[in-house]
Amino acid sequence: MTAGDPLLRVRGLTKHFRVRGGLVRAVDGLDFEVRAGETLGLVGESGCGKTTTGRLLVRLLEPTGGRIEFAGQDITHAGRRALRPLRSQLQIIFQDPYASLNPRHTVGRIIAMPLQVNGITPPGGTRARVRELMELVGLNPEHYDRYPHEFSGGQRQRVGIARALAPGPRLVVADEPVSALDVSIQAQVVNLLRRLQRELGLAFVLIAHDLAVVRHFCQRVAVMYLGRIVEIGDRDDIYRRPQHPYTRALLAAVPDVTRLGSAGRIRLAGDLPTPLDPPSGCRFRTRCPNARQRCAEQEPALLRRDGGNQATACHFPQSGPLGVERGGVPA
Amino acid sequence: MDPYLRVDDLRVSFGTADGTVRAVDGVSFAVPRGRTLGVVGESGSGKSVTSLALLGLHDPRRATVTGQITVGGHQLVGRPETEVRRLRGQEMALIFQDPLSALHPYYPVGRQVTEAYRVHHPRAGRAQTRRHVVEMLGRVGIPQPQRRYDQYPHEFSGGMRQRAMIAMALVNGPALLIADEPATALDVTVQAQILDLLADLQAEFDTAIVLISHDLGVVAQVADDVLVMYAGRAVEQGSAEQVLRRPQHPYTWGLLSSVPSLHGDAAVDLAAIPGHPPSLIDVPAGCAFHPRCRYAEHAGGRCRTQRPELTPGGTPGHRMACHLPAVERARRYAEDVVRVGVAR
Repeated sequence: MTAGDPLLRVRGLTKHFRVRGGLVRAVDGLDFEVRAGETLGLVGESGCGKTTTGRLLVRLLEPTGGRIEFAGQDITHAGRRALRPLRSQLQIIFQDPYASLNPRHTVGRIIAMPLQVNGITPPGGTRARVRELMELVGLNPEHYDRYPHEFSGGQRQRVGIARALAPGPRLVVADEPVSALDVSIQAQVVNLLRRLQRELGLAFVLIAHDLAVVRHFCQRVAVMYLGRIVEIGDRDDIYRRPQHPYTRALLAAVPDVTRLGSAGRIRLAGDLPTPLDPPSGCRFRTRCPNARQRCAEQEPALLRRDGGNQATACHFPQSGPLGVERGGVPA
Repeated sequence: MDPYLRVDDLRVSFGTADGTVRAVDGVSFAVPRGRTLGVVGESGSGKSVTSLALLGLHDPRRATVTGQITVGGHQLVGRPETEVRRLRGQEMALIFQDPLSALHPYYPVGRQVTEAYRVHHPRAGRAQTRRHVVEMLGRVGIPQPQRRYDQYPHEFSGGMRQRAMIAMALVNGPALLIADEPATALDVTVQAQILDLLADLQAEFDTAIVLISHDLGVVAQVADDVLVMYAGRAVEQGSAEQVLRRPQHPYTWGLLSSVPSLHGDAAVDLAAIPGHPPSLIDVPAGCAFHPRCRYAEHAGGRCRTQRPELTPGGTPGHRMACHLPAVERARRYAEDVVRVGVAR
């Protein structure tokens, strides 16, 4: 692996679940890359496959097809033994700070666990390292011997973050890390993640449904719909010049404190179709305001236009700033 | 005309092994028909306890409810359960966050909506009832309501279940709707549909709505008036325009500036409120917000000792509970709040 190579490379990644009544195509052909120190946001609504993708990346799930390369190594079907040396470099933070911590273990033990299972003995000892990690994420190291129930939701999420950082990962997958937290606590945790990313030079895949949170954390953003990426690009392109009608509708639907009332919003009709039987052609066409004949016949490829970094899977991509619908050009 | 819902000095407390929890500690508001009050707060602020009290749903053996709740001229607090039950469902209804737990998994959706109707219309004929319910399902935007009537909750998507719950709440044409986080569990595009639907139905039925939400964006979109709660008390109250555009209380400032937005500078950190909401068993003395307030030192030490009462401030109708002197408040607002882009 040379300096310019991506840390994570995903090609044609698929995950199908066999259920009574057919095959759920939860993730259906994803291509993307994450460079060292880069933050990629995976956004989309429930059922779009973003959480499944996160679990595939850290290999909590076995991919049905495609390829995942991490640090130049093919880990698509790597077994426990082959994964072991990479586990410490690839960590995950879970959504629910209540369910993801063992209530019978002290937080010190919880944070030390990845060191233990990866056979890492830090210089100065495990205890000192755990205290250092607690300090790093804004927990009082004196609380080493306390149990999860003695902490608030925000503090528990900090424990989950410290645990993910313990083995010194290069890539962290964070699955909805702030969505279970109170508004004022969300901001604290988003700021913490930003600081850690900056200071430690970590690469992140942030999985979130909240587009405003993603905007505050990610340099690049991929928008998913029914198991596919419909648009991917640099943050400013996605938020200021979204080309896919789904990205535009998603951005327009975000409730915004700075706008009173609901005038001038574009609305998406209907619900997400079932991934058991996705629509032919473009999967978004059943809810798309611009759908035409071709959209039902041919699945659009994820294509770059005008030589930029932004790729869109749409036969009739939109242009122009979203600000027109929003009554002001986003700053 | 009197507002349809009037709440005066509502207090709800629970006796626990660790002491008395004052979940709601003196809250007053009024909602006329056709208007929406948004109640904003974080966990433990007392917003959901308030909504249950409005419907008389607290168990009298566990909760002590005092104050006055007047719905359409009827005072509810202390009334016998049978009388409250008649008003509930008929005059007022509740929708809440999780439609799956509100619907019985073993019965078809249409039948469950029917049951809500029949309780208050025992003499209605079978065919006429079904017609009415199917019409209601259609009104809330459920496609093919005839067919959907006989389907089970698991055959409905999350958005459709929420619509079914709204149909159930509105089937008797209540004058007051309590919506406790009605769209929180839903995806943003569906959430937008549900909020639009509530607004349409409100225009049609002239409903008074109390919308409880932690999401300031949702409140900004639908509320006419806003009540901000913290540790069981109102800290700021006024029209949506007043509270969200010209907020006066440091907690509201903090809430507004800690929410990431689609505008603003993504490169700077969010202005987080330090600490976390207090435990209601051990509410800080004085102003409950003072341990997290940046300005607690600027009111001559009163924040620590004396509880601030709601007082008028800003423009008429706007009230807040804060010791910060007016001049200091105006200066801080201009320097710290407008600068981070809250007020636009």
